[in-house]
Amino acid sequence: MKRVCVAGAGVIGSLFAGHLAQVADVSVLVRREEHARALNEEGLRVSGRSDLHSRVTAATDPAALPEPELVLVCSKGTDLPELAARMDGHFAGATMMTVQNGLGADEIVGARGAWPILSSVTFMSGTRHTDTHVEYILDTATWIGPSRDTTPADAEAAAELIRSSGLKADAFDDLRPAQWSKLIFNATVNTVAALTGLPHEPRFAQLDDPGDLGHLVLALMDEGKAVAAAAGVELGEDPWEMNVHATNRGSRHYPSMLEDVEAHRRTEIELITGSLIREGRRLGVPVPLHETMYRLIRAKEASWQ
Amino acid sequence: MKVCIVGCGAVGSLFAANLGTLDDVEVWAYDLARDHVDAINRDGLRLTGAGEVTGRVRATADASELPPCDFGIVATKAMHTDAAMTSTAHAFVNGCVATVQNGIGNEEVLARHVERVIRGTTFPAGKVTAPGVVQWDIKGDTTLGPFEPKPAPLEEVERLAEACTRAGMPTKALPDARGPQWRKVIFNSATNALGALTGLTHGRVCEQPPLRRLASQLVDEGKAVAGAQGIVLDSDPEDLIDYAARPEVGYNHKASMLQDVEARRQTEVDSLNGGIVEFGRRYGVPTPQNETIWALVKGVEASWLQ
Repeated sequence: MKRVCVAGAGVIGSLFAGHLAQVADVSVLVRREEHARALNEEGLRVSGRSDLHSRVTAATDPAALPEPELVLVCSKGTDLPELAARMDGHFAGATMMTVQNGLGADEIVGARGAWPILSSVTFMSGTRHTDTHVEYILDTATWIGPSRDTTPADAEAAAELIRSSGLKADAFDDLRPAQWSKLIFNATVNTVAALTGLPHEPRFAQLDDPGDLGHLVLALMDEGKAVAAAAGVELGEDPWEMNVHATNRGSRHYPSMLEDVEAHRRTEIELITGSLIREGRRLGVPVPLHETMYRLIRAKEASWQ
Repeated sequence: MKVCIVGCGAVGSLFAANLGTLDDVEVWAYDLARDHVDAINRDGLRLTGAGEVTGRVRATADASELPPCDFGIVATKAMHTDAAMTSTAHAFVNGCVATVQNGIGNEEVLARHVERVIRGTTFPAGKVTAPGVVQWDIKGDTTLGPFEPKPAPLEEVERLAEACTRAGMPTKALPDARGPQWRKVIFNSATNALGALTGLTHGRVCEQPPLRRLASQLVDEGKAVAGAQGIVLDSDPEDLIDYAARPEVGYNHKASMLQDVEARRQTEVDSLNGGIVEFGRRYGVPTPQNETIWALVKGVEASWLQ
């Protein structure tokens, strides 16, 4: 059986680990000792769209884990530099697959080792009830593509493994169209949710009156699309259609940035909106409204520091 | 002279109590808060703090009790103007009505109900601390002027300003009072909403350079909209922002919109940032940053209904 390490066991990491353990030997690299102990003793339970109880090997020290062939790097973007530093010098034979939001995760991981890297964006979601129990809520796919020293065949192999575990996954020769669609979507929806306190719900697509939120969502997405166009990226899905589709479906999704703000945690603004602003600057495309969202989120973080 | 204060909250009470000290002015107050109304009728309307004043005021929650008045001074929160005017307009058939509310667009609402409208901007502030008692926090000037589409005669504006000034509320009558009004609106739009969205006090908003630059972008849009209407600001809102950030002035002040957000009360964003956006649209001036702020604060208000 294939040996897979899930590095970072938040919602997404736990969903991957719980499912993949059905078809692979899964180890989990976590930050806290008690988290490792609980996983080793109790295993990992998945409820919701799946009903699984999986055995995993967990540790806080990568040297204590079996050598993996594939590492799914699943920490939040804010914890990624620290996680990448901990993996420095380990997992020599493994391929890394990043799942962080925004842009720049491959560079952060790549700076810490010569591993081949796959890039991915995931649209699945869940709720983490305890260290050993995660609920699988949205069964949308993870999209995988080659990034550094990897091929479309490597991406397909990873997608096939994930599919065999019961999750949805697709491989792409070029991930950038999907990555940018999600970047623009997240830079808009996550920041608007975090600043208003609203989950992602129908107001985000409302365009009836001048003060309606849909106008802002549309304007932010248009700025993002202009940057993507200047970067030579032809978007996969249209972010506005993603927004309309998701809100029409009646889902009232709580973006992670809203949860971060409510819990007074640092947000992923730097990897998401920050990377869009840096790309805009590099390409000479103005993104004044994203800059405003960035400043407001940063100031909100400052208000509880 | 008969004057009716419409909406006798903090600002309305400052006018009512001070005017109620004059022998030649009969002051009425229309307010829906029964306990406040009863206390005023029983004990008079009392101000504490920046000035110790008790004024004789006839208060009522029943608009049909109001006599015909020479002047109205509207001081409700902006979102209650239309309802308050629907109830009280009969008292001003032969009178002039001034607004001293925050924001822009209030005069337009008054003009739907009465014939002679006075544009107004006021800086004094306070808060209701008990029924019939208002703490006067900040003294300041008031500016009044005829509202052009349905103007009150300038002599009448002067008559009201003279009475207010004599009562201890320094008030100027100007042929064009838009400058002070837009200066205050631009100042409030740039600072109130940023405080409300970030949770930061005025001083902390100003000491973060990126956020301070955002305030300037909001000010610049407001100035462009004012300029397109031919309005000359009486001073630069930028100076007011920096002045208010001083430790001894307003460093620790939580903007009223932040206070509203913390108390989950509807804010005045529609007549501040929303007002700038609407006038911008009317005069062909783009206001993308004010639109952004407006939509975000409206979103915050909507989140309370979840």
